[in-house]
Amino acid sequence: MALTPVENQTPGFTAATAAAAGAFFGLFVGTAQGSGLLGVLIGAALLGVIGFVFAGLTDKETPLRWLLVAVFAAAGFVLGGLVAAVIGALFGWFTGWFVFWIATSRYRAHLAPYLTPGQVLWHYTFRVICGVIFVFLITPILVVMPLSFNAQDFFTFTPEMLRFDPEGYSLKHYRDFFTNDDWQQALWNSVKIAPMATLLSVGFGTLAAIGLSQPHVPFRRAIMAILISPMIVPLIISAAGMYFFYSRIGLQGTYFGVVLAHAALGIPFVIITVTATLVGFDRSLTRAAANMGAGPVTTFFRVQMPLILPGVISGGLFAFITSFDEVVVVLFVGSAGQKTLPWQMFIGLREQISPTILAVATILVVISIALLTTVEMLRRRSERLRGMSPS
Amino acid sequence: MKLSKMSALAVTTALCAPSAFAEEMANELTLVSWGGAYQASQHKAYVEPYLAQNPDVKIIWDESSAEAVAKIRAMNEAGNVTWDLVDAVASDSMRLCDEGLAEEIDHDEVLAAAPDGTPASEDFGDLIVSDCFVPQIVYSTTFGYRTDLIDQPDSVCAIFDTEKYPGKRSLQKRPIDNMEWALYCDGVAKDEIYDVLGTDEGVDQALAKLDTIKDQVVWWTAGAETPQLLADGEVVMGSTFNGRLFSAIAEQNQPIGMLWDMQSFDLDGWVIPAGLPADRKARVMDFLKFATDTQRLADQAAYISYGPARASSAPLVGKHAELGIEMAPHMPTDPANAGNVHTYDYEWWADNRDDLDAKFQAWLAK
Repeated sequence: MALTPVENQTPGFTAATAAAAGAFFGLFVGTAQGSGLLGVLIGAALLGVIGFVFAGLTDKETPLRWLLVAVFAAAGFVLGGLVAAVIGALFGWFTGWFVFWIATSRYRAHLAPYLTPGQVLWHYTFRVICGVIFVFLITPILVVMPLSFNAQDFFTFTPEMLRFDPEGYSLKHYRDFFTNDDWQQALWNSVKIAPMATLLSVGFGTLAAIGLSQPHVPFRRAIMAILISPMIVPLIISAAGMYFFYSRIGLQGTYFGVVLAHAALGIPFVIITVTATLVGFDRSLTRAAANMGAGPVTTFFRVQMPLILPGVISGGLFAFITSFDEVVVVLFVGSAGQKTLPWQMFIGLREQISPTILAVATILVVISIALLTTVEMLRRRSERLRGMSPS
Repeated sequence: MKLSKMSALAVTTALCAPSAFAEEMANELTLVSWGGAYQASQHKAYVEPYLAQNPDVKIIWDESSAEAVAKIRAMNEAGNVTWDLVDAVASDSMRLCDEGLAEEIDHDEVLAAAPDGTPASEDFGDLIVSDCFVPQIVYSTTFGYRTDLIDQPDSVCAIFDTEKYPGKRSLQKRPIDNMEWALYCDGVAKDEIYDVLGTDEGVDQALAKLDTIKDQVVWWTAGAETPQLLADGEVVMGSTFNGRLFSAIAEQNQPIGMLWDMQSFDLDGWVIPAGLPADRKARVMDFLKFATDTQRLADQAAYISYGPARASSAPLVGKHAELGIEMAPHMPTDPANAGNVHTYDYEWWADNRDDLDAKFQAWLAK
C-alpha cells in the first residue's frame, strides 16, 4: 500500500544509486580476488550502466529482469561452472530488483510523505548496516557446515565439492567423532561436568540473588561486585589463580575441582538474571503467604520460585553454555583425565587440523539451536498459560 | 630380524620381571606429547605393547608438549606435578635440565642396551644432548612444494626466488632455521653461518634477505598449518616437520613434493619432571626402559617418517603399517635425503635465542 505518491526517477539518479550499490559489492568481491579498488570500479561501472539504461525502460520490467538473471547466470557458468552460475543468477535477480526498485521510486512509496531525503537515506542505510552485521556474525558459522562433510582431511573446498560431486562429500568426520575414543571420552567428560556445574551455579546463584535483594543485608553492593567478578576479570587471570589455589588444597586435576571452577564462572549469570526478575517481584506476596501460615521454605517454593522461574532457567542456560564452551579454565584446573570437548577441539586445531572439529562444531550448533528453541517455546507456552503475554 | 625382535623382547621382560619396584609401582601414567599423527605413532609403537604386558596400568595422554616448559614450571611452583613423562624437543629439555625442573638420569643404568649388548649411551651416541634427555626420534624441518603450481625446486634458495617460483611461502614464526637459510642463500658458506650470525651485521644481512620475501610469507606456529596451506593452494611452498609432509603426500595423496635440501635436523625425546613420588617414578622408569628399546623405536617408524634415535634401530625400520611402503627412503636420515643438511647448533641458539627472538619480532612488526 503506497503511503506516498511517487514518479519514476531520472536515469542519472538511478545510475548513481546503482553504481554506489555496485561499488559496495565490488569492494567485497574485489578484496577476495586480491584488488579491492579494481572491484569497486568494475562493480560501480557495471551497475551504473545497467541503471542508466534500464531507468528509461520501466514499462518492460519483467522481461528485462529475467534477461539480467539469464545473462549473469551465463557469465557465472562460463567463469566458474555450476556453483558460479547459481551465484550469478542470484546476483542478476538482485540487480534487476534493485535497479527497478530505484527507477520506479518504489523505495519511497511506503515511507511517510514528510520524510526528508536524508531521513529516507538513513532509513535504508540503517537496514543495510544491520544486514551486514548479521552476515558477518553468521557467515563464519555457516561456512564450516559444508566443510564438515569434506571427503578430505583438510579445511578446503575441493573442486569435487564445488561441482556438487557426491565423491567430494563424506560422513567420515562424523564417523570419526562417534567412534574415536578421544572424542567420546571428551564428550562424556563435558556431559558429566556441565550439568553438575549448572546445578551448583543455579542453586548458589539463586540464593545469593534473593539474599542480596533484601534491603537489610549489609555490604550488598560489595558482595554483589565480588560475586560478579569472575565475569569481569579476564578468564586467564581467574584460571591461573584457581590453578595455584586448587593445587594447594588438592582440587587441581580432579572432577570436583573443574565442576567448582565452572560453577564459579556460571554464578554471575544466574545472579544477574534472577536479580532482574526479582525487580518485578511483589514482596507483599511473601508477606501474604506468611500471613496464611506458610514457612519461609514453603513460601519460596510455592510462591516466589514459580514467579522467578524464567530468570532462573535462562541463568541456568547461560551457566550450562559457559561450562560447556569453556576452554581456558579447564586447561589450568583440569588434568588430562578431565579433557572436555572444547579442550579436545583446541588440541585438534593446534596439532592436527582435522575436519572432525568442524563436524563436532556443526553438531554443537545444531544442539544449541534446538536447546534455545525448546526453552523459548516453553517460555512462551507458560506465559500464554498464565495470561502474561498480550498475544 | 625376527630373532632380534624376540631376543629384545626376552631381554626386556627378563630385566623387568625381577624389578625391585614391582610392588610399589603406580598404576596410572600421564604421558605428555604433541597430539596428532606423532602421538598416535607413539601410542601404537610404545603404549599398546606396554599395556598388553601390564594390563593393570592406565595410561593417559595430555597433548601439551607445546607449552611443556611453562607448565612444568607452574607445576613445580604449585608443588603439584601431575605429569609423569614428557615428550619435549632437545632445546626444551636443555632448558628444563638447567633449571632443575627435569630429572637427571644415567642413561646406561636406566635404558636398555642394544640387542648386541652395546650400552645405551653408545647406541644413542651424540644424540644425548642433555643429562635429562632420552632421545626418541630425529626429525627435520624442511620444505614441501605444490607439484602442480610451481616447477620442481632443487635448492632451498627457491624460497627466495619469487620470480622463478611465484606465490606465497609459509615459514615458521621464529628466527631459528629461517635466519640460517637466509644467510646460506645470501652466499654465506655453510660452516660460517653461525660465525656470521653472531655479529650484528650478520643479523642485519639475514633480515635483509628475509625482507626480500617478507610480503610473500605466511607465518605459521603449529605444525599442521603448512600442510593445510599447501593443500589449500594458499602457499606454493612452505616449511614444516618432515613427518607432516609425509602424511600429506603418502596418506592424503596431496599434490605435494618434498625438498630435502638444507633440511634442519632436530631431536625429540622424553624428559622426566623432577620431584615425582617414588611409586610414580618407578612406573616411569619401567615404561621408559620399555619404550626406548631398539625394537620399540624401530616400530614407531612404521607409523611416521621420523628416524629412530638409536643406531641399532635403523636396520630394523620396515614398511608403513597401513600403506605397506618402505619407510627408509622417507626418513630424514636416509643418505639420499641427507645430501645437504643444515646442522642446527643447540649451544649457539641456547646462548643467543633471547636476543635474536627480540630482533626477529621487531623485524616482523616493522
